[in-house]
Amino acid sequence: MIRFEDVTIAYDGSAIPVIAHTTLHIQEGELALVVGPTGSGKTTLLHAINGLVPHFSGGTLSGRVVVDGRDTATHPPRDLADVVGVVPQDPMNGFVTEYVEDELAYGMECLGLAPSVMRQRVEEIVDLLGLAELRDRSLLSLSGGQRQRVAIGAVMTTHPRILVLDEPTSALDPGAAEEVLAALQRLVHDLGVTVVLAEHRLERVVQYADRIIHVPGNGAPVQIGTAADIMRTASVAPPVVQLGRLAGWNPLPLSVRDARRNADPLRERLRTAHNSHPSAGTTVDALAPRLLDARSVSVAYGTKTALDNVTVTVDPGEILAIMGRNGAGKSTLLGTLVGLHKRSRGTVLVSGGDPADMRGPELISRVGLVPQDPSDLLSRDTVATECQDSDRDARAPRGTTATILRSLAPDVSVSQHPRDLSEGQRLALALAVILAARPPLVLLDEPTRGLDYLTKSRLVVALRALAAGGHAVVLATHDVELVAEVATRVIVLADGEIVADGTTRDVIAASPLFAPQVWKVLAPQEWLTVAEVEQALGGVR
Amino acid sequence: MMGRPRWLNPFAWWAWALGLAVMASRTTNPLVLGCIVAVAAYVVAARRPDAAWGRSFRLFLILGVWVIAIRVVLGIAFGAPDGGRVLFSLPSLALPAWAAGVRFGGEVTEPALLSLIFDGMRLAAILACVGAANSLASPSRLLKATPAALYETGVAVVVALTFAPQIVGDADRLRTARRLRGRDTRGLRGFGSVAVPVLEGALEKSLHLAAAMDSRGYGRMGHASDARRRMIGGTFLAALLCAAIGAYSALDERIPTTAMVSLLSGSIAMIVVAFIIASRARIRTVYRRDPWRTPEWTTTGVGLVCAIAAIATASSITMQGPSIFTMPQVPLIAICALALCLLPAWLTPLPPDRGRQ
Repeated sequence: MIRFEDVTIAYDGSAIPVIAHTTLHIQEGELALVVGPTGSGKTTLLHAINGLVPHFSGGTLSGRVVVDGRDTATHPPRDLADVVGVVPQDPMNGFVTEYVEDELAYGMECLGLAPSVMRQRVEEIVDLLGLAELRDRSLLSLSGGQRQRVAIGAVMTTHPRILVLDEPTSALDPGAAEEVLAALQRLVHDLGVTVVLAEHRLERVVQYADRIIHVPGNGAPVQIGTAADIMRTASVAPPVVQLGRLAGWNPLPLSVRDARRNADPLRERLRTAHNSHPSAGTTVDALAPRLLDARSVSVAYGTKTALDNVTVTVDPGEILAIMGRNGAGKSTLLGTLVGLHKRSRGTVLVSGGDPADMRGPELISRVGLVPQDPSDLLSRDTVATECQDSDRDARAPRGTTATILRSLAPDVSVSQHPRDLSEGQRLALALAVILAARPPLVLLDEPTRGLDYLTKSRLVVALRALAAGGHAVVLATHDVELVAEVATRVIVLADGEIVADGTTRDVIAASPLFAPQVWKVLAPQEWLTVAEVEQALGGVR
Repeated sequence: MMGRPRWLNPFAWWAWALGLAVMASRTTNPLVLGCIVAVAAYVVAARRPDAAWGRSFRLFLILGVWVIAIRVVLGIAFGAPDGGRVLFSLPSLALPAWAAGVRFGGEVTEPALLSLIFDGMRLAAILACVGAANSLASPSRLLKATPAALYETGVAVVVALTFAPQIVGDADRLRTARRLRGRDTRGLRGFGSVAVPVLEGALEKSLHLAAAMDSRGYGRMGHASDARRRMIGGTFLAALLCAAIGAYSALDERIPTTAMVSLLSGSIAMIVVAFIIASRARIRTVYRRDPWRTPEWTTTGVGLVCAIAAIATASSITMQGPSIFTMPQVPLIAICALALCLLPAWLTPLPPDRGRQ
């Protein structure tokens, strides 16, 4: 179906090709998962399938890419539109119309299908993907998961035989991600569509993959193989695979279900292990002053209540995770804690002062927020000038920001444009900018969106160091594995109200949706992360 | 009668609004003008969709208030005295001989001031009618109903319309981000430092959109040859030229009417030919065109009635010798016609995005 013959792709001005001498063949009806570190060329590989690379992106492609018998060298993307459907990373960027139903029909209109055919196919897709409730809604009013499903539906109406998706679940909460993956499963099983999918959150998708394409980056050769084979050695792996590698299971489990069937001996070893009680979170000094004290806070947008009577307190050394569905009010809560939103009720005290009344250095020396898109904070054209600006804003000695940045991400070159950095590097830069003012309270909104496992583990180290240094950290995130790793306490929001508040162990273990993989494998024993298990086993050996 | 929620054909809304606008343009009677704005506002409130462009009516009303204010200020500054009761007088400026006939300042009389206000109100009412059509008729559905030859231009308009609210959102987000860095969010500097990243973001977004449109088959047309494209362009240009000369000859009495008529009809014929040639080159089809049924007929009909009533009763609905102390007459026919124009508020289907609440 998709055939790469000795393909090498290089962009102008870069010495190493993104993808070098790659030959692979994806069969009809396969679900192929593309994995690899951030910036390794996954998107390039995906876009080569429908000719966006190089027709749209520039650069040079040598070798041949043949899709359903058509060579992409002679067929630009629009001439492949009836064979390949591409869903972009942010579906909002790909929407052309205003309303769901029009968007579903757009591709067919371009192909010139007869109105009666269009009508019929729209109805089919609406049923197949469960869009009946949404068909009259405006695209702007949809939630993240709904947008993703509409974007998939919009490309599926032209009946492409191949569907290409770039990180379809990375911005979604666990529930919405499962909805999208279920929709994809139906397409693969019922319609025999070939799906090629890139994703960082492997714990969500790896068990569905027939084969995995591993793009290691830096021009290293691309590998393709069955999921179990590739996962044995891949540079990125979900917790369940890491656990399997640690316990030496063969065949390597890819899903929680596979792993549980092997898990009995491991549970036995852990029971007898020296350090069988997982370490509790950091103890909090009861005498230290409250860093954050927000009481009965309500925020409304027009007539819609975004936060309803929310009380949050945070002490130094704590890492608090705020979880909940897309649109549950997580970002609004973080924004309110730095005084971005007007409260209709309640008080917020950060180090004893109300952030809504503070400006300039007074504000940023008490609380710092890294927004969902870190590049919002960045406005200069090189990393160096950005760092100088930040020193000036924070009234900090010259070089402060640059020093922090080096400790967070040593590989960033100061002459780069912030937009050219990888996701992880950009996050590090934004965090360095915030930390330059030494705020005791640091807030991060969805920090692991688009980060690979390696970058994520670096972030974990940085956050732990902050907490150990007496800072308090508040994270809003969908990433249960991150929460399991770092958080000492978890708050779950639903429709602007707090529905759960407690230690990480209590809150996420109680929820089937939020429990991390290691927990699900080893329950009823209470282990949250691979690192905990490793530490405990270390005591036995 | 109302039926299940669907989009009313946008042309019906425009016909209705133009009917109201004709009435507004024919009168300076404040009572009639007030009724026109009230009718427009009521129908908009009842039938506007929940989209960003559905909220544009308010902007047009604000613009109308500005138009009245500017009209009055300029009129007082440069107006000529009409006679009648003097309300107050401004210091006047003696202008040199070459500017004879232009007056600056001086006495302001009651009839002059009132006619300025009423004249401003007329412009504001016309703006309100345009605003009503704007927020009732979906621009993208209007595009669907246009001939295929205009499709390209239409896409640009629709993309711009959907981008605008997103860009406003971006600007807001970046302004708050400045606060997070401890900088001032107000003033010219605040604006300047946000403008560059917003434009960068918009550029990036448009590239993403272009890639997405390309991969969904946009521009997959029956490959119009260069010669054909030149022919289409040439025909349009010639038609435009004919229309311009025709319009000029309509104003110049020395040019015979037959010449004018033949020029204008020739230009229309050429435009039709160009549309047909251009439309043949496209393979694009349209999904679910808006039908034209009873609600469309009703809406267009009441608009037409309103326009006819305005033209037929023109003399009775203009104000004569306005004064604060004389109530404007109540022109019955015009008011009845306007009452008819309220009907679409009940007799048309709700837009789908509000219909399922």
